[in-house]
Amino acid sequence: MTPTTTTASAKTGVNKIDVPVLARVEGEGALHIKTKAGKILDLKLNIPEPPRLFEGFLAGRHFSEVPDITARICGICPIAYQMSSIHALERALNVQVHPQIRALRRLFYCGEWIESHALHIYMLHAPDFLGFQDVLELAAQQKDTVLAALRLKRIGNEIVRVIGGREIHPVSACVGGFYRVPRRDELLPLVEDLKWALDTSLATVRLVSGFPFPDFEVDYEFVALSHPDEYALNEGRIVSNRGLDIDSAEFEDHSVEQHVRHSNALHSIIKARSSYHAGPLARFNLNFNQLPEIARQAALDSRLEPPIRNPFKSIIARAVELVFACHEALRLIEQSEPASEPRAAITPHTSTGMAATEAPRGLLYHRYSMDERGLILAAKIVPPTAQNLKRIEDDLWGYVPQLLDLPNEELTWRAEQAIRNYDPCISCATHFLKLDRVRG
Amino acid sequence: MSSKNAKPRVAVFKFASCDGCQLSLIDAEDQLLAISGAIDIAYFPEASRRMAKGPYDIALIEGSITTHHDADVIQQVRRQSKTLISIGACATAGGIQALRNWKDVSEYVRLVYAKPDFISTLKMSTPIAEHVPVDMELRGCPINKEQLVEVISATLAGRKPNLPTYSVCIECKRRSNVCLMVACGTACLGPVTQAGCGGLCPSMGRGCYGCFGPMESSNAPGLAERFRILGVPQADIERSFRTFNAWAWQFRKVSEEVHPQ
Repeated sequence: MTPTTTTASAKTGVNKIDVPVLARVEGEGALHIKTKAGKILDLKLNIPEPPRLFEGFLAGRHFSEVPDITARICGICPIAYQMSSIHALERALNVQVHPQIRALRRLFYCGEWIESHALHIYMLHAPDFLGFQDVLELAAQQKDTVLAALRLKRIGNEIVRVIGGREIHPVSACVGGFYRVPRRDELLPLVEDLKWALDTSLATVRLVSGFPFPDFEVDYEFVALSHPDEYALNEGRIVSNRGLDIDSAEFEDHSVEQHVRHSNALHSIIKARSSYHAGPLARFNLNFNQLPEIARQAALDSRLEPPIRNPFKSIIARAVELVFACHEALRLIEQSEPASEPRAAITPHTSTGMAATEAPRGLLYHRYSMDERGLILAAKIVPPTAQNLKRIEDDLWGYVPQLLDLPNEELTWRAEQAIRNYDPCISCATHFLKLDRVRG
Repeated sequence: MSSKNAKPRVAVFKFASCDGCQLSLIDAEDQLLAISGAIDIAYFPEASRRMAKGPYDIALIEGSITTHHDADVIQQVRRQSKTLISIGACATAGGIQALRNWKDVSEYVRLVYAKPDFISTLKMSTPIAEHVPVDMELRGCPINKEQLVEVISATLAGRKPNLPTYSVCIECKRRSNVCLMVACGTACLGPVTQAGCGGLCPSMGRGCYGCFGPMESSNAPGLAERFRILGVPQADIERSFRTFNAWAWQFRKVSEEVHPQ
């Protein structure tokens, strides 16, 4: 069980629940809830994950070193960090890449989406819906399901390995393209595995859409990258269901980061409004029409039609995106041709560039300024979990009142499940979770 | 082991890091399922809600120590752990976040956070071995998952793990890579970097950037001199040693020697 401390004061009628270490999230987080007479007095998602200060030590580095450094922000989504930094630096330097490089980056990103989504759906989130402490308990009862999940994840990893050399912190991507592009005969062996992965992803949509979902809906502002011709990964405008439609260069004019005492991760809000929801559910709702037919049909067959406002159903959106990523990877491999030049030649100049891409867990924004030698003067990184943190707290303020009659252990688990809806990556954001409940 | 018939109890702890090295444990998918029959994963918060108290037979430590709180926790972890293994560049060398060790950390905090007084962090990012005795170290940013499985298996069997102590150059030779430094004049940290990646970067046509850290008998000053002959500017030489293993003493020393005044 997640270690939880509960203190109830007969004198004040205040009950306090403390979950000091949140499980099955990437990084360190804690949850504190204080209740009295069936009402929440205080609720905080505490982020004790130590700050690593990336934006500080990126200053003075050469722009070409940035993608290798930012990858180290997150071992789960290093490609997202490489892609957002590469696109921002290319925008600063007016670099145009070959269409085949663009396609290879998309394939590379699909690999990370498959790996990360398979990990989160089966290993981190499904055990909550099925009442297991972890995937090993699930494996003891449904070994075939877990073996299939592992194979799915491995296929995502394999795409990354073929293009980038290794699964975690791959080494081939660079500003201007790739150090080396794989030959077509290196990509083709992925096809048979990906066909199996596509079928397994369809089965995943059917499996998770049958899970029991709590009755909880929120009228969210969903924010995601959107592109008219494709399901947005690397390029597009930042849009929302409340009329936001901006170039990524305008992101900081609209999204504001707040620094709160209880968190080493900053909290983002949309200026003039409030917290917002980024990630698979936002993308599914905003970009449903850009999904391939097979992914849209899988969603509709599972009675999933946008807009979905139940955050627990993000697990289905994630599964639909698995279908998309496998289908897209197959398409990209079939159409692949090796680029004649793996990377564009670049001459640095004094400049600033911003870009956002879609990390598996949501929008990831980077901004860099450099001098005439190509040395970084300033860097700004806004990870998806930092954007979602305020939203997760707001969800808990809305959801926990439904749980107050439950025993503490049950309440804690349900609250954790609500947090895991966002696949929070705390390592990224501190730049995540324990429960502390005070109840009356 | 804790008791005669019980399975060895394994715990995974995380300090300042990216989670990538623990992910390698999850990535060792099939081996993990096989190992899980032989061991009891008693504490692994990233993977499970079940968090059993110590003592543990094996503790795998990811991340560097950067806060007062973590400096206390690692002492408790050591007391509870029979064999303590540091995994990855953060735990073995302080990680990329050790770049603060040459700067005033409060400046960095002010750059990143609006209210620096909310942030509690140490001036230095330091490896686990600077805080407690470490039984074994596994290098890499990230670690190599086969090496991780080897270290766990060896510890369970009570034997010395079979890990390379030679340089990346040997791995390049095995892969028949053309030497980038000799053939193209590309600066490459391969000659002073411990093997483990399989000669990855040179296979991609780029110089090694040292993510497995200095090998035991490395001649880093000699390599820095070679870089100078190749025409690499001093500032670039300094930065090349100051990445993910910057605080490992061999890299630290040479980067300070070449530091442009």
